[in-house]
Amino acid sequence: MIVEQLKDATEFHRVEPVISAKNLDLTFQTNDGPVHALKDVSLQIGKGEFVSFIGPSGCGKTTFLRCMADLEHPTSGEITVNGVSPEEARKARSYGYVFQAAGLYPWRTIGGNIRLPLEIMGYSKHDQAERVARVLELVELAGFEKKYPWQLSGGMQQRASIARALAFDADILLMDEPFGALDEIVRDHLNEQLLSLWARTEKTIAFVTHSIPEAVYLSTKIVVMSPRPGRITDVIESPLPKERPLDIRDTPEFLEVAHRVREGLRAGHLDD
Amino acid sequence: MIWLIFAFGVWGLGWWVNTRLAAAPRTRVTGLVVPLIFGITLIAIWEGVVRGLEISPVLLPAPSMIAARFVASTDILWEDFVQTVIKGALSGYVLGCGSAFLVAILVDRYDFLRQGLLPVGNFVAALPVIGMAPILVMWFGFDWQSKAAVVVVMVFFPMLVNTVQGLADSSAMQRDLMRTYAAGYWATLLKLRLPAAMPFIFNGLKIASTLALIGAIVAEFFGSPIRGMGFRISTSVGQLALDLVWAEIVVAAVVGSAFYGIVALVERAVTFWHPSQRHS
Ligand SMILES: Nc1ncnc2c1ncn2[C@@H]1O[C@H](COP(=O)(O)OP(=O)(O)OP(=O)(O)O)[C@@H](O)[C@H]1O
Ligand SMILES: [Mg+2]
Repeated sequence: MIVEQLKDATEFHRVEPVISAKNLDLTFQTNDGPVHALKDVSLQIGKGEFVSFIGPSGCGKTTFLRCMADLEHPTSGEITVNGVSPEEARKARSYGYVFQAAGLYPWRTIGGNIRLPLEIMGYSKHDQAERVARVLELVELAGFEKKYPWQLSGGMQQRASIARALAFDADILLMDEPFGALDEIVRDHLNEQLLSLWARTEKTIAFVTHSIPEAVYLSTKIVVMSPRPGRITDVIESPLPKERPLDIRDTPEFLEVAHRVREGLRAGHLDD
Repeated sequence: MIWLIFAFGVWGLGWWVNTRLAAAPRTRVTGLVVPLIFGITLIAIWEGVVRGLEISPVLLPAPSMIAARFVASTDILWEDFVQTVIKGALSGYVLGCGSAFLVAILVDRYDFLRQGLLPVGNFVAALPVIGMAPILVMWFGFDWQSKAAVVVVMVFFPMLVNTVQGLADSSAMQRDLMRTYAAGYWATLLKLRLPAAMPFIFNGLKIASTLALIGAIVAEFFGSPIRGMGFRISTSVGQLALDLVWAEIVVAAVVGSAFYGIVALVERAVTFWHPSQRHS
């Protein structure tokens, strides 16, 4: 009996969603009339999941991510993050956000930019230095700490902005096309790094991308979206194992998932 | 006649040298030498024309005469410099810019101030505030305090308007980033909005630096103790001592350029990251 209950409790704990959206609607009022950016979006993201959002430009991927981050407020519907409202989650500093553009402050060095959240959140000086060094190592920018953002290439800046989001202990990572501006090789490498980081830290990751292989390679769950109005058309649970070497991308399982994502995207387009 | 030929000769020579230098690839040296030659040529022509045409020193004294007067009256010039620049202009500048900066932060924080004060600020900034000088002299007396007050009034609104504009200059994404860190008002102000405002703040400081000197000198025309650059200029004109007037003008020009130059240097050090400062 007690064992049963315990099992129930752990079971419950496992499926309790980190992010839960129910019938989310968001309409932007613009000068050319209302834009229906999200329509009836419902989604559950469990703890430790890696969820990719894929879909054509303007389908509301960024908007959805911004709703989770309390940067945008849904017109109707319900969304919780870590069981509380996005605002409370934001104030508890439960997520790190990587924007579509690097957005480093030009008056701060790379190290200074990564230190920014740590300063605001009150980490000790010693801890700050340690963390900056560690995340710079992680994105392979060690040695660039004292450079200014404008002295680095776009891809390096983007890596620095990822490091900035990793520097503090948030168990959710929201990433908006973080690797969009990078070349294929660097992208592969960072994908691998991100997977190992995810496996090590058990962070919950929501990840926006335009690349099918990237989405399939990284995710435990792939959310396909389609525009006008922005909505979810398919949610694909990946059958791939958690351990993923780069050459998993040539296996039939991988290609099958990729195929299903492509079909989902195509179906969304045909609706137009 | 000799002097006129000399003037034309110098003109030709200066022209020739400078076109040669300007055509050559730009370096640090030519960047300094070209304006220097230009200035020297101008002074030499001035000297030549004044002597050649025997222009009365009351109308236009020769540079050599101004220089002689300058050297002979350094004590007067120094006294006037202290009175007008240090006591009048500088104290008014620091007070005016400092208070404008603080008020700008309040205006930025409280919307009713922005909506009420800012239009008034723009209106006052467009007025020739120097017209207020006689009133301020009446209020604050003849000594430097009234001059500082004129300077405060002149620099306050340009500085305010620039700073408020600068505080609003951060991009939406930069502010969103601060929101994701749940940064409070002060953290956002200190770590994002003030650094982002620096180019605007320095623009205000540079405008204010020229206004301060003008204000302090002109305000003395409306009454002052028996010292000060504006006082000296207006009384010396009455005594037809134009060489002394010109000596004061030289001081004003040097001080004005130095003042502006110092602000610009500090600006370069502080806003080194801004695209307009980067590769210069
Ligand atoms: N602040 C805003 N005001 C008005 N309309 C907006 C705003 N933000 C987004 N939109 C609109 O909402 C829709 C969804 O935009 P969103 O940025 O979420 O798309 P996206 O899927 O991220 O596209 P992309 O792949 O190009 O980044 C678009 O039609 C966009 O024009
Ligand atoms: Mg987007």
